[in-house]
Amino acid sequence: MRDYFDSYAVVAVLLLLGCGIVAGALAANRMLRPHRPTPEKLTTYECGVDPVGGDWAQSYVRYYVFAYLYVVFAVDAVFLFPWATVFSAPGYGLTTLGEMFVFLGFLAAGLAYAGKKGVLSWV
Amino acid sequence: MPDLLEIVVKLALVAAAFAVLPLLVGQAEHKVMAHMQGRLGPMYAGAFHGWAQLVADGVKFAQKESVVPRAADRTVFKLAPAVAIVPYLLVLVVVPVGPDGQVALDLGLGLFFALAVMGVGVIGAIMAGWASANKYSLLGGMRVAAQLMSYELPMVFAASSVAMAAGTLSLSGIVEEWRWWWLPWQAVGAVVFFVAGLAELRRPPFDMPVADSEIIFGPYTEYGGLRFALFLLAEYAGIVVLCALTTVLFLGGWKGPFLNAELGWLWTLLKVFVLAFVVIWLRVTYPRMREDQLQKLAWAYLVPLSLGQLALTGVLKVALA
Repeated sequence: MRDYFDSYAVVAVLLLLGCGIVAGALAANRMLRPHRPTPEKLTTYECGVDPVGGDWAQSYVRYYVFAYLYVVFAVDAVFLFPWATVFSAPGYGLTTLGEMFVFLGFLAAGLAYAGKKGVLSWV
Repeated sequence: MPDLLEIVVKLALVAAAFAVLPLLVGQAEHKVMAHMQGRLGPMYAGAFHGWAQLVADGVKFAQKESVVPRAADRTVFKLAPAVAIVPYLLVLVVVPVGPDGQVALDLGLGLFFALAVMGVGVIGAIMAGWASANKYSLLGGMRVAAQLMSYELPMVFAASSVAMAAGTLSLSGIVEEWRWWWLPWQAVGAVVFFVAGLAELRRPPFDMPVADSEIIFGPYTEYGGLRFALFLLAEYAGIVVLCALTTVLFLGGWKGPFLNAELGWLWTLLKVFVLAFVVIWLRVTYPRMREDQLQKLAWAYLVPLSLGQLALTGVLKVALA
């Protein structure tokens, strides 16, 4: 258990190191760069003309069905990982293989249903 | 404390690889693209074939003004490049380069960790798209999100196929189990993983989120100076990470025709650079895919193919056991 947390301590140290590298680069940048803001410079860029309408524009999220599908499938996929390490261990074999095909069958049926419903095509 | 010293040296090596390898890939892209298109590419900086071009770029970026648009969400806008780049550094820590502990951290859950952390990098681009308060950036950010959701799934399936074949999630463990006949056995998974990874990195031909002809530069439109450079660096770090993971999972990592123990790290590097060359090659070869074509490729081809690969892996593994 101690080793387990120790290895994640290394990850945490590297995370801090990474944040340090980025912060250091930006700090160096702060000392080297000029700072002369003008109203024109701070305008939202829209190909050179004045911005039209609001900044956060409304748009139709076309892929919200993909998002649902992804969440459903990804939750299933997470369970694959612990199973993948033991499924061929002695004493499992054919049973777990059968279970795998049940799992794949569910996923494939879901995908086929979604495809048939026409939600997989971006309109 | 020899252990502590070892960890410090290894982390320093990881940070050095993170600083140097993306630049090598970037310079290779300059030159390879140029020669494929009948040009010379950078020739001036550093005198010999423009080798110092990216160093010169870095010096230039470091002196540039940092402009945050008035309408932008300042905190998120400024934080986004860090979120985009740091995860790729974290993934490198679990990538083994050679046998017998030539890995910074042999995490038991290495594969799972790598996939999970790699996905975080995409959030940086989504943050940038949202915080810029620019219509084009927002559209780009939405496309990034759509692309992640479509391509993450086949990528995870292809990776778990390798985990099934090896019976472990440790990346070193996977390479140790690897045999040459895994190449044909896992070929479909390898292609699916690599293509899905390219899409997640938004590399051409999957660069719809930054399509310059319609949405300027997508989520990065409002960025300039060093923060823009960090996004670019994140893209090349992403290429290194994707190629390293593909090497370790599907191409046998440090295993070569001879001298695995002595030259293992060299085989790994060689495979990574060959794959990086393929990434550049694909950029030069294929035109950008349309958004609906992108989604169709993921859901209609890659997901079913990866499910097929899972079935094939399972059947053969049980038949061999």
